[in-house]
Amino acid sequence: MNRKNLPGFLVFLVCIGLFPVFATRISAIQHYLDVMIFGGIFGIVAIGLSLLMGYAGQISLAHAAFMGIGAYSSGILTTHFNFSPVPALFLGLLITAIIAFSVGVPSLRLKGHYLAMATLGFGVIVHIIFSEEVNWTGGPSGLVGIPGFGLGDWKLKSTLQWYYFVWLWVAVSILIALNLVNSRIGRAFRAIHEDEKAAEAMGVPTARYKVQIFVVSAAMAAFAGSLYAHYVEFINPGSFDLVWSIRFILMVMVGGIQSIWGSLLGSLFLTFLSNEWLQVFAELEILIYGIILFIISLFFPDGLFPVIFRFLAQQLERRYE
Amino acid sequence: MNEASEIPILEIRELGKSFGGVEALHDITFSVPSGVIQSIIGPNGAGKTTLLNCVSGIIKPSHGKIYFLGKPIENLPPHRIATLGISRTFQHVALFKRMTVIENVAIGRHSKTRSGFLACTLRLSSMRREERDIFTKAEEWLEFVGLSDEMWKEAGSLPLGKQKLLEVARALAAEPRLLLLDEPAGGLNTSETEQFGDLIERIRNLGITILLIEHDMNLVMEKSDYVVVLHYGKLLATGTPREIKRNPQVIEVYLGKEE
Repeated sequence: MNRKNLPGFLVFLVCIGLFPVFATRISAIQHYLDVMIFGGIFGIVAIGLSLLMGYAGQISLAHAAFMGIGAYSSGILTTHFNFSPVPALFLGLLITAIIAFSVGVPSLRLKGHYLAMATLGFGVIVHIIFSEEVNWTGGPSGLVGIPGFGLGDWKLKSTLQWYYFVWLWVAVSILIALNLVNSRIGRAFRAIHEDEKAAEAMGVPTARYKVQIFVVSAAMAAFAGSLYAHYVEFINPGSFDLVWSIRFILMVMVGGIQSIWGSLLGSLFLTFLSNEWLQVFAELEILIYGIILFIISLFFPDGLFPVIFRFLAQQLERRYE
Repeated sequence: MNEASEIPILEIRELGKSFGGVEALHDITFSVPSGVIQSIIGPNGAGKTTLLNCVSGIIKPSHGKIYFLGKPIENLPPHRIATLGISRTFQHVALFKRMTVIENVAIGRHSKTRSGFLACTLRLSSMRREERDIFTKAEEWLEFVGLSDEMWKEAGSLPLGKQKLLEVARALAAEPRLLLLDEPAGGLNTSETEQFGDLIERIRNLGITILLIEHDMNLVMEKSDYVVVLHYGKLLATGTPREIKRNPQVIEVYLGKEE
């Protein structure tokens, strides 16, 4: 971690560490611990997607599918084959990486809408497989009986343990992402995003880098999927469909497309929005997402949070002038 | 002349390129000796940029050979050609506009650095050392072209003249053997063009060979050691500026037929 990011990261660790202290004492927000676990899991997906979309400039409408591949790998390996969670997780990551590589090599030659269509098509196919391979996946009614996470005698028992476990991995994801972004490879990603031809002429192997970040990003989604499967102990295809892929994109966009912290904030915001604040709207939820997406892409293409932060900074400056 | 010791840095042999039915380049053969400033001139549509794009690998020639220091490169992808030591600027400025000036130059160091995915995500000490080297060198090259004061600005916010200088700094950061400049003075005013001429000479004095496309005839004739004239995709003439100025075919193309 370079010096520029260190203070922010420490603040983050302190906030995450202290949150349960308050949450467990105030009964009105006790269940926020559970929401935060989901927010963290989705945050890992969003951080990976931000690397791919915000930095390397390649869109993916398949990230829910990759998350699902991770979740179903863990689910099937533990329930059908008696794997313990940790080896199942690693095998799931390997499977996802291989699939992402085979999908990425041909699709990443495509640009813009065509790449979106290709990844969308892949996502739909994966979703159909989850629904139709009833013997393995349990079909539309889902896969039950997935064990909790643990290794040997050690098991995650309480919500609090899960909270710290998930957010430990969020912290690791943040660390990896920030390091990558502030390196020659991260700069090369942004160069690819801005002008692929010029990046190539400067010696950046654009095709290889695009596939690499696609695989890394997919593997992060799969990792989150595996955590999800073990936490909920039940998965069904509905958690990994196109709407979810769009939600992940929305999380990244709300937070500011080229911002690791922003994508985490975005995923927390949207998770709380759908779990807590928008429940009254039920079926209308998707409509509200649509409106948010519409407004952001039209008026705040840099993301909602950066605009808010800039506004607050301006107000502060004005006050102290 | 001792032929064996003097391998030309760039040798183009019977190079051809057609787009659909249109022949943009037709059997072009010439070479660029090491350490010179060589210009390619010709009217619009003569195939100059197509030729440069073939050399840097952005487009693949339909036939013919391109040798860089004796090695064929016409089938290599652009990033491999860049790594071998050919760097370039673009006719229409192709900077990474939303990145800072110094970050743009840092990208130029890409082919000279090695840190992989793992080293970067773990910030190994080798990576951190390399990172320091990248930014030290980037600062040096910005100073070389005279952009030290603009280091932290967004590249897209610079005026055109400075953007063109930044493109040169970015290309130089790769420490190329051969630098391809595609109309570096296009859109510049007279004094800026003059400065550019000086810059080109300073680059050559570093031992870097320059292949230059330029419309400004004063700049070309004053600075070039050799000039290649293209006309409708064909090689019309090669020679020193003095020879080119007297070449009747060139005069005809540029000044119209004298009756």
